[in-house]
Amino acid sequence: MSKTVGFIVAAIGILVFATILLIAIPSAQLAQIAPEKDLKPYTAQELRGRTVYVSEGCVYCHSQQPRDPSQAPDGLRGWGRPSTPGDYAYDYPHQLGTMRTGPDLLNIGVRQPSDDWHHAHLFQPRALVEWSIMPSYRYLYEVKDVATENDFVVKLPEKYAVKGKFVVAKQEALDLVAYLKALKRNYKSDQLQFRAPRTAEAKQ
Amino acid sequence: MIPIVSLLLVFTFLLSVAGLFVLIWSISTGQFSMGPDAPHVIFDKDEIGHPEDPAATREKHVALMGHLESARDTGAPLVQVSDEDLKTRFHIDQVAKTPVLYLVTSAVAWLLLGSIFGLIVSLKFHWPDWMTGSALETFGRLRPLHLNTVIYGWVSMAGMGVALWLVTRILKTPLVGSKWAVIGTSIWNVSVAVGTGALFFGWTDGVEWLEYPWQIDILFAVAGAMIGVPILLTIKNRKVHHLYVSVWYIGAAFVWFPFLFVIANLPGVHFGVQHAIVNWWFAHNVLGLWLTPLGLGAAYYFIPKVLGKPIHSYQLSLLGFWSLALFYSQVGLHHLIGGPVPTWIVTLSIVTSVMMFVPVVAVAVNHHATMIGHFKAMKYSPTLAFVVSGAMMYTLTSFQGSLQSMRWLNTVTHFTHSTIAHAHLGVYGFVSFIMFGSLYFILPRLTRWEWPHPRLVQAHYWLALSGIAIYFIFLTIGGTLQGMKMLDASAPFMDSVLIVNPYLVARSVGGSLMLLSHFVFAFNVFSILRHSGARKANAPFLYHPHFERQGEAK
Repeated sequence: MSKTVGFIVAAIGILVFATILLIAIPSAQLAQIAPEKDLKPYTAQELRGRTVYVSEGCVYCHSQQPRDPSQAPDGLRGWGRPSTPGDYAYDYPHQLGTMRTGPDLLNIGVRQPSDDWHHAHLFQPRALVEWSIMPSYRYLYEVKDVATENDFVVKLPEKYAVKGKFVVAKQEALDLVAYLKALKRNYKSDQLQFRAPRTAEAKQ
Repeated sequence: MIPIVSLLLVFTFLLSVAGLFVLIWSISTGQFSMGPDAPHVIFDKDEIGHPEDPAATREKHVALMGHLESARDTGAPLVQVSDEDLKTRFHIDQVAKTPVLYLVTSAVAWLLLGSIFGLIVSLKFHWPDWMTGSALETFGRLRPLHLNTVIYGWVSMAGMGVALWLVTRILKTPLVGSKWAVIGTSIWNVSVAVGTGALFFGWTDGVEWLEYPWQIDILFAVAGAMIGVPILLTIKNRKVHHLYVSVWYIGAAFVWFPFLFVIANLPGVHFGVQHAIVNWWFAHNVLGLWLTPLGLGAAYYFIPKVLGKPIHSYQLSLLGFWSLALFYSQVGLHHLIGGPVPTWIVTLSIVTSVMMFVPVVAVAVNHHATMIGHFKAMKYSPTLAFVVSGAMMYTLTSFQGSLQSMRWLNTVTHFTHSTIAHAHLGVYGFVSFIMFGSLYFILPRLTRWEWPHPRLVQAHYWLALSGIAIYFIFLTIGGTLQGMKMLDASAPFMDSVLIVNPYLVARSVGGSLMLLSHFVFAFNVFSILRHSGARKANAPFLYHPHFERQGEAK
């Protein structure tokens, strides 16, 4: 039976080798990297909003990792500078994403700082972006006859407004928008060498 | 920093290449001492030269024998297995029957549910305001439900069922701990069901391929152990000396997957960008070190078995196995090309992705060279039709994968639907097709009944094949165009959305055909389980002629 055992040891050994290379060494390397010094931790509300972002599966259409200008024109689209490990210091679970059915969102808070825009867009994306194929998130909103002082009333173009009623953001929508607005990685980074050596060299 | 990293990279690469050379040397000098008859162990006495496909009708089987010269010349009977060997097979199958049928029927149920999720998700691209009334119907919840249901429900369970049958059959050894495997299957079903509920209600770990909450993953680990340990113990208790290459793949899959699954799902230890690294290391290894070995293990058995002809080169299959282990385990990070991760690991993954040509060519030469001159046999044998199509799509998807990992092409296809097309060619075109073919072979054995509707078996094949062809071709083109628009700085982002829309419609068409084929498949499985239709006298390769004669069959 030593042959079977030898086989299993070899098979596991190869995977352990790969795990050391791909997981253990990079983990040790990344653990040394401090958060970007201008990156603020999320507030409690932003963290709640991030939970909404995760549970509603935004990651399946939106990445959060602008590429380097030498590779792709992400920066020219307003998606921001190439991101660094320190940009994600407070992100767990990670939401880097591998799909861009919609645009990259790591700097959506820079591009769209307005609450009105985000809420109208979440309630009905086509109210603001005619060609959008993003789902409507109307279940994050309530349609009320009377809006109170504390309610956030969504401003919609006439075509998409609910006649005679008020579209009011639920708590999840308020939290989600707080998180989206916090997606700002436009401070100056001192970690660019970790991901794109060529860019870092060019800048020095 | 950079010189150290470069040194590390060069070092690991040299180590892998050295590993490959040691491997080639040890195979060529017979260090594995498999003996020349190793590829023959899947055949019983006098079986070589005689085709076998319990999924074929009597007429098709005669045609299959006519097609294979050796069988025609000898004017051999339909059944070319000695009574003694048939008896052994019968008793081994009796032990494996309950867990295998349980795994398989569960898998088919999850396949239906998972593909319904898939079609809804696909349609949502055309009608973004459809099903938006509650969080339970939103795209972002149904999309991971599709992936997790088909991966952990359908293809993992089908793969385990087929693996379980194959191991006991090849090693001529009754399954050890069959009861445990049955309990394990129940727990696995509960895990998928609870996981499905969790994702519906937004309880998720939030990482692609690892969405099921880690608390539920503990259940999966327990269930997997209860199914995997019996398989490993059966290998340990085997009655034949040689470990046929299928057993290598299956045995390895059952030690690799738990390792990957546990590390990737550990809660609270991963962080930031490192979490993304673990994510894609795991996700690609689910394909590479779990589904691929289960699929290849089955193909390595069924292609030679149906043809009654040993595999082309046994040494090549050893090279294919070990180089797969060596390289596939390191390819995952090509999913993060251009991302905020240390450049050196991405480069390492690109290099190993390209090195994947070695195992892929080894397997391709082996499978396709065994088939050369016999492609017509696919017409007569449903098992071969599915398994060989699956093996071809394995070659195709692997070549594509190696190419797509290179920076120049990845820059275009990354972040687009092209990746989705590639994933479906792998999981569906390759693994699922091989599972379909395997089940068409295995179920008549276990149920002791012929497929009642041979035309519906064909319908399943053609619907599934045209479905995946439409799906893959159109989505690959659409995704590539999408990527090119995204790289064109003068084109607004809108263009990348608009250009892919018509191809998404084609994807829904392909997906509908696939779903339809699954209903046909489920009906076929349901029919054979109920023994519907008339019992056919002397059905080829079933036990009843033999055991009826001996008065042993019920």
